[in-house]
Amino acid sequence: MSTIEQEMVHAAEGGHHDHHELPFIRKYIFSTDHKMIAKQFMFVSLFFLVIGGLLATMMRWQLGYPGEPMPGGMLLPDAMMAPTPNGAIMLPEFYNSLVTMHGTIMIFFAIMPLLVGLFGNLLIPLQIGAEDMAFPRLNMISFWLAVPAGILMLSSFAVEGGAAGAGWTSYAPLSVSGEWTGVYLGQQLWLASLTILGFSSLVGAVNYITTVINMRAPGMTWFRMPLATWALFVTAILILLAIPILAGALIMLLFDQTIGTGFFRPEVGGEPLLWQHLFWFFGHPEVYILILPAMGIVSEVISNRARKPIFGYHSMVLAIIGIGFLGWIVWGHHMFMSGMNPLLGTSFMISTMAIAVPSAIKTFNWLATIWKGDLHLDSPMLYALAFVSMFIIGGLSGIFMASTPVDIYIHDTYFIVAHIHYVLFGGSLFAIFAGITFWFPKMFGRMMNETLNKVHFGLTIVLYNLVFWPMHNLGLQGMMRRIYDFTQYEYLAPLQPMNQFISISVFLLVAAQSVYAFNFFWSIFRGEKASNNPWDSNTLEWTVPSPPPHGNFPEMPVVYRGPYEYSSPESDTDFYPQTKPPPSKPPVQELIPEPVTPTPEGF
Amino acid sequence: MNWSWILPPSFSTVSGDIDGIYYVILWITGITFFITEALLFYFIFKYRHKEGRKATYDHGSTKMEIAWTMVPLVIVLWIGVVSKGVWDTVKVDVPAAGLEVIVTGKQFEWNVTYPGPDGALGTSDDFETLNELHAPEDQPIVITLRSEDVIHSFFLPEMRIKQDAVPGQDITVWFEAIQPGDYTIGCAELCGIGHTTMGGTLTIYTAADFQAWSSSQAQQQQP
Amino acid sequence: MTTQAMTAGRAPMPGMKVYNLKLGMWIFLLSEVMFFTGLIGSYIILRFAHPEQFAAPGQVLNINLTAFNTFLLICSSVTMVKAYAAIQQGDQQGLKNWLLATIVIGASFVGVQVYEYIALAGEGFVPIADAYHAVGRHMPHDGPAIGGQLYGSTFYTMTGFHGTHVSIGVLCLCFTYWRAAKGAYTADNLGGVEIMGLYWHFVDLVWIILFTIVYLV
Ligand code: HEM
Ligand SMILES: [Cu+2]
Ligand SMILES: [Cu+2]
Repeated sequence: MSTIEQEMVHAAEGGHHDHHELPFIRKYIFSTDHKMIAKQFMFVSLFFLVIGGLLATMMRWQLGYPGEPMPGGMLLPDAMMAPTPNGAIMLPEFYNSLVTMHGTIMIFFAIMPLLVGLFGNLLIPLQIGAEDMAFPRLNMISFWLAVPAGILMLSSFAVEGGAAGAGWTSYAPLSVSGEWTGVYLGQQLWLASLTILGFSSLVGAVNYITTVINMRAPGMTWFRMPLATWALFVTAILILLAIPILAGALIMLLFDQTIGTGFFRPEVGGEPLLWQHLFWFFGHPEVYILILPAMGIVSEVISNRARKPIFGYHSMVLAIIGIGFLGWIVWGHHMFMSGMNPLLGTSFMISTMAIAVPSAIKTFNWLATIWKGDLHLDSPMLYALAFVSMFIIGGLSGIFMASTPVDIYIHDTYFIVAHIHYVLFGGSLFAIFAGITFWFPKMFGRMMNETLNKVHFGLTIVLYNLVFWPMHNLGLQGMMRRIYDFTQYEYLAPLQPMNQFISISVFLLVAAQSVYAFNFFWSIFRGEKASNNPWDSNTLEWTVPSPPPHGNFPEMPVVYRGPYEYSSPESDTDFYPQTKPPPSKPPVQELIPEPVTPTPEGF
Repeated sequence: MNWSWILPPSFSTVSGDIDGIYYVILWITGITFFITEALLFYFIFKYRHKEGRKATYDHGSTKMEIAWTMVPLVIVLWIGVVSKGVWDTVKVDVPAAGLEVIVTGKQFEWNVTYPGPDGALGTSDDFETLNELHAPEDQPIVITLRSEDVIHSFFLPEMRIKQDAVPGQDITVWFEAIQPGDYTIGCAELCGIGHTTMGGTLTIYTAADFQAWSSSQAQQQQP
Repeated sequence: MTTQAMTAGRAPMPGMKVYNLKLGMWIFLLSEVMFFTGLIGSYIILRFAHPEQFAAPGQVLNINLTAFNTFLLICSSVTMVKAYAAIQQGDQQGLKNWLLATIVIGASFVGVQVYEYIALAGEGFVPIADAYHAVGRHMPHDGPAIGGQLYGSTFYTMTGFHGTHVSIGVLCLCFTYWRAAKGAYTADNLGGVEIMGLYWHFVDLVWIILFTIVYLV
């Protein structure tokens, strides 16, 4: 008998009743439990969300009050703020770092790990009825790669020359040499950090895909999977295939910077546009990485809170898959003005137009889901409905930019900034609020405070629109993005009041988030105790205790139906859990294999 | 504060068409926006939870799915087809004749080279201006766009022209202004610390005034 | 083969067709495919854009040496297959022997590559010089120099990343050998050997592609 088998038998004899306490460090720090890793991702990325928000606040100060001393600016070093007798004024190089780091941190260290790291880890095993991920230790490694990546990224603010300042897209050759930006080490740290983070995401993606393919409970067929899991599965595939392209590009750029290769350096024959092609070949799938899980979360919440089956489950799944495929052939829409062959522009326009369709399908299906429903408008539902409402705006503004002639005018203006934020803040972030609120009881065994959440929702949805809606108008007036002082342009000077209005709204919007932050921490300790299934939900995660024990399911669940059987006439309540046996047929005992206590995977 | 979705006035031969497509899209998306948002709010109001309400048990309808797949598809593809024509005019079909100039971006200025009296670039009577582009109305201006260092983006908002200037690449841009006056030149692509200052002026003359300006410049700049 | 042993003590899920480790390795290799696609694609684009910067086959690179090295790597794939076949029969000694052979040959491949790099650098072919003048083996000394650094940049990046993959593979092989020496693998429990083989064959395959497009075309 091999050692592994011996261990196995030993484990099996121990049985799953023997839940001996793990030491603190194994339980909270180097945990292999997917639920703990999910929480770790959550805390770290919420921290980065706050950092990203603060960076944006500083940026907005400069835009709202160009050239005026920033309150508190004296606290920052002279390399960022120029001290004057009246206070410290932001330097343009620091502004460029702020733009760059705000985008980078929000996309790579806040939204992506929240959607993928938090919800991927939390939901996938629970929703498919698995005891953990396929590779729990790899899962731990994934988190512990993300942490140093984050530290590297933040540390770049402290180095000589400041943090990277070539935009989150880091177009070459601006990003190739400090000669052009004044940033040397900062840009290299940016590259190194993202390479490490990419590795973290990649490891996670391998894990998610394997788990979904291999670890589904009996009866959990592909078309009985909840849409959140579907979305996370397709997202993982996108990560798996897109991240290596980014990694290759990052490494080439790093080589150009450090050892002097010539990939993107035109002076030695390199191709700046090659960087853009590689970046956006990754970048467009990336934006879908940032929205698909959000769509999945929202589908869960809407169907549940409307007490109605999701409308068109199959077309929802097909739309996710369709986006997953089409997402690979549209990257050129970021490059219409880049000097790429204009004939290619037309083909990218057509494919981009086509990819708007699956988004439309999903929107109509959400609308049809709440049609004739029984809408429980509690906070997760409000956030989810806000997602739909805001995503409509972001999707529609995409059509303007997809039209090549219109994009000539609005490319690289605030119109793009508005679009990004309608899909990423109005979209992804509202879905994250919905998801955290919805699964909070499962994570912590307590409910979030409903009143505070409604206050937060009301403030956020209003202020958010006051911030980002007018950005469309700024863009239409021709105000370019990533600009330190737009008043330098005579024709933009009249936009000063609107910019100030936006900035003030941003300050309030950021302040309003403290309501959620307070509620979050308060509820972890003081929230009302939650039952196993506070939302009367059908999916598997709600059949286990809140929070679920190590190994999740005391015995292997058996799945009898799809996840959205709400208000089914077959059930006496308005929900019908996936595991509840149909009335006629008794549970099929033979289908349930012996439960075995999970042990870490061997090599 | 200008909350309007109307585009600011434009002054080139193609800008009317560009703005036209913009308004077509604005109408289509605007109507879609109002309908979908209205439905959303109406449903939220109408179907909010009340004692005794039971949701309909309904899994969807293939007919509706097909409808709301095909209708948007046809609309967006139609937008695409219409867009293609204008795009080709602006970016593909460069007029054969016109005033040829070279615009070179570098941190943080736009250098413009004019052909001079002989009408040909690359000869000794070429002359230059800095951060100013002077051009006649009613005549295509065909620009060879270059960059000496990083990527810049040559932006003429009033002409609805934007094109990145890429080091190592000669990119042709053209436009034809329809009214004399002073307009903006901007840089739309983050190009470094001084990006914000990389603006300039586009001055459009009548054909005769341009002749006069051009020959006086050529004289002044003769070595 | 008991699936339980292959999932290292975890309850096999019903309907599981391929055990986790193997499936995970396949998925991981897909992403590796994308990584090399990115590198090779960049090479192709740069080469088409600037053919003048790239030497003709054999002008700078030593094809014979690398052909021999390619042969080595293919041999190591064969020994890897043998190792897997041995443990399928439950032959732990055979497994160890063939693994050792694979390690030795794999390491030799890396060694030859290092030697090649040193020799090329000695001739002036480096990725970083602003304009190298490779005094290649078959370069007419009075002929046009190959200027620019795209050739060096792409050559060293692509082959270097492949070499790194081989080196990591050799380290993993050593680990597998160590486990094999402890008797960890049996005819029933050979997942570790199988996924090692998958990775190794993949690296081999990538090399055959790289050799073709970098050295021969
Ligand atoms: C309805 C479908 C969508 C269409 C037709 C669309 C179209 C476009 C186009 C054409 C651009 C390039 C604009 C330019 O730079 O000139 C763009 C930019 C962008 N889109 Fe979308 N988009 C859609 C949905 C989304 C979604 C769902 C997300 C993300 C969650 C997203 C995120 C972004 C981001 C981040 C950028 C800006 C990248 C940058 O330059 O920094 N878009 N979109
Ligand atoms: Cu895109
Ligand atoms: Cu600029």
